[in-house]
Amino acid sequence: MLKIMNLHAGVEGNEILNGINLEVKAGEVHAIMGPNGSGKSTLASVIAGKEEFEVTEGAIELDGEDLDDTSPEERAHKGIFLSFQYPVEIPGVSVTNFMKTAINESRKARGLDDMPANQMLKLIREKSELLEIDRKFLSRSLNEGFSGGEKKRNEIFQMAMLEPKLAILDETDSGLDIDALRIVANGVNKLKSKDNAVIVITHYQRLLEYIVPDFVHVLHDGKIVKSGGKELALELEEKGYDWIKQKITV
Amino acid sequence: MMFENNVDIDHPVHDLRTEAMKNFELKGFPTKKEEAWKYTSLNSLQKVDFSIFPKQENTLEYRDVKKYFIHEIDTYKIVFIDGIYSSNLSETTHDGVDICLMSSALTKPMYKPVIDVYFNKTASKDDSLTSLNTAFSREGAFIYIYKNKMPKKPVEIIHFATGNESTLMLQPRNLIVVEENAELQVIERHQSLTSNEVLTNSVTEIFAAKNAIVDYYKVQNNVGTASLIDNTYIDQKDKSVVKVHTFSFGGKLTRNNLNFYQNGEYIDSTMKGVTILGEKQHVDHHTLVHHIEPNCESHQDYKGIYGENSTGVFNGKIIVDKIAQKTNAFQQNNNILISDKATINTKPQLEIFADDVKCSHGCTIGQLDEEALFYLQSRGIPKKEARALLMYAFANNVLASVRIPELKTRINKLIAKKLGVNLGFDL
Repeated sequence: MLKIMNLHAGVEGNEILNGINLEVKAGEVHAIMGPNGSGKSTLASVIAGKEEFEVTEGAIELDGEDLDDTSPEERAHKGIFLSFQYPVEIPGVSVTNFMKTAINESRKARGLDDMPANQMLKLIREKSELLEIDRKFLSRSLNEGFSGGEKKRNEIFQMAMLEPKLAILDETDSGLDIDALRIVANGVNKLKSKDNAVIVITHYQRLLEYIVPDFVHVLHDGKIVKSGGKELALELEEKGYDWIKQKITV
Repeated sequence: MMFENNVDIDHPVHDLRTEAMKNFELKGFPTKKEEAWKYTSLNSLQKVDFSIFPKQENTLEYRDVKKYFIHEIDTYKIVFIDGIYSSNLSETTHDGVDICLMSSALTKPMYKPVIDVYFNKTASKDDSLTSLNTAFSREGAFIYIYKNKMPKKPVEIIHFATGNESTLMLQPRNLIVVEENAELQVIERHQSLTSNEVLTNSVTEIFAAKNAIVDYYKVQNNVGTASLIDNTYIDQKDKSVVKVHTFSFGGKLTRNNLNFYQNGEYIDSTMKGVTILGEKQHVDHHTLVHHIEPNCESHQDYKGIYGENSTGVFNGKIIVDKIAQKTNAFQQNNNILISDKATINTKPQLEIFADDVKCSHGCTIGQLDEEALFYLQSRGIPKKEARALLMYAFANNVLASVRIPELKTRINKLIAKKLGVNLGFDL
């Protein structure tokens, strides 16, 4: 589904990603771990098409199609979703209206008419129940005054509504207490299928107890320095990132 | 510009008019040399040979101008066409409240005590454009809300210009008195229906007595050949609450002189504005709040979005007199420039003579937040719509205090139209 080949990217001449290779197949869950500043969030943003970053070498393919020169909205229409570490507040636009706009813009891009109101309401009801979201919450302005946990739950709600092929969860566990973490992880697990894939970006192993990865990759200085199964996450938790850093220097 | 000689010397306000004419003759039109007019030039307007009194009476059909009214709700209407009262488009009343015409208030003996007490009493005697209006105005809205009364519905004051005169200068004059515990909502609009030049020099005096509540909405979305100089003077007494919202989306040149005088205690004065401009449009907001007595509040919140070659000015003056202790005065002016050629000049002007006051002010000029834009795009919302959503969100808290839902919807639609998007829902 997603194929990243020798990806080099940076901002204003500073290279942050130094040759990433990664393949994610449908039905798989990949975790990307690494210390602060290793390039995890940059990788997420580059996959989602953030224009601030310049790809200097290599390529990203989705279902065999090169994503170079594809805008973030086009990538969203093709099925890429990024759950933000710091979701943006949009005063005056309710969660419901925001989702209507997002869904109908995606439909428009695929040549479909707007989703009928009753179908939209049903979808909103189903997905909000999945994430144990209160109805009142949906009429509030998007992310405005939301707690850290509410913001993250709302990100996963949006993911549930948009039903992406590839979901990238950037530090979704940060700022979540254990109950919220369980709800969010449960939501992600229920949305998992053999046709979609998830990339979980995290600093800690905690979230991976709930969203169990098929593969774990360790990012350091803009490169994947180690890959393995889910046990790699436990090893990292135990030994810390210095272990990886030392191994590289050796 | 020529002013025809058409003066009725027996008129009850004849002396005021004569004085005003003298002041205008002395001062003339303001020039950029004056600090208050530094960024707004009236030069190009003065070159136009405006006709002051229309030579013929013009009519309009309601169906042709319906869209300019908040027609989704029932309202009282005071409508003028080329400065002349249109009885067929208007709906006035004397049922417990007086919602009628300035010309009748100025001439009917029963209103003489009101005119004596209020007419030209809060308006500046010094300002040359206000004087010009005092000297030449013949018509406008007269609203008198008696003690403990509230009209059944909002009042719309609309001035149409038809362009049957090649160029037209309008001088509407409104007098609004809201007595103790009374309440009033007004929507004011100036609408040109022609590509001929129109200049409106409007003066509105509002008197809010003890505990009175007034909501005044100015919808400025005129065509590119219409200019407006709006001079509004508000006199507030104890515990009155007056809010003025100004929505500036169009017109060639718009100057808003909005002046609040707090002549009492525990007064609340609110000024809010959303300005969205493009082309070569120019809007200049000059606000003044004079805190004369203790324990009062004022809130100012103006948001501006400037595109293409548009220019904006915000000058917010707050005076706190020495005895006006415990004053709370807040002022906020935030602007987004979406074009390299657009400019905004923003300036707070604080003159504080009391020592126990809370005063805060802030001006910002910026661009749209790139991270926020990326967030919306990553949800599949195209860049243009994403930008519009962010601009809408930026202006949103000004709309939150609009108390007529249908007006709010209308303003939202105007904003969406102005931003050139259809977001698929009523914002």
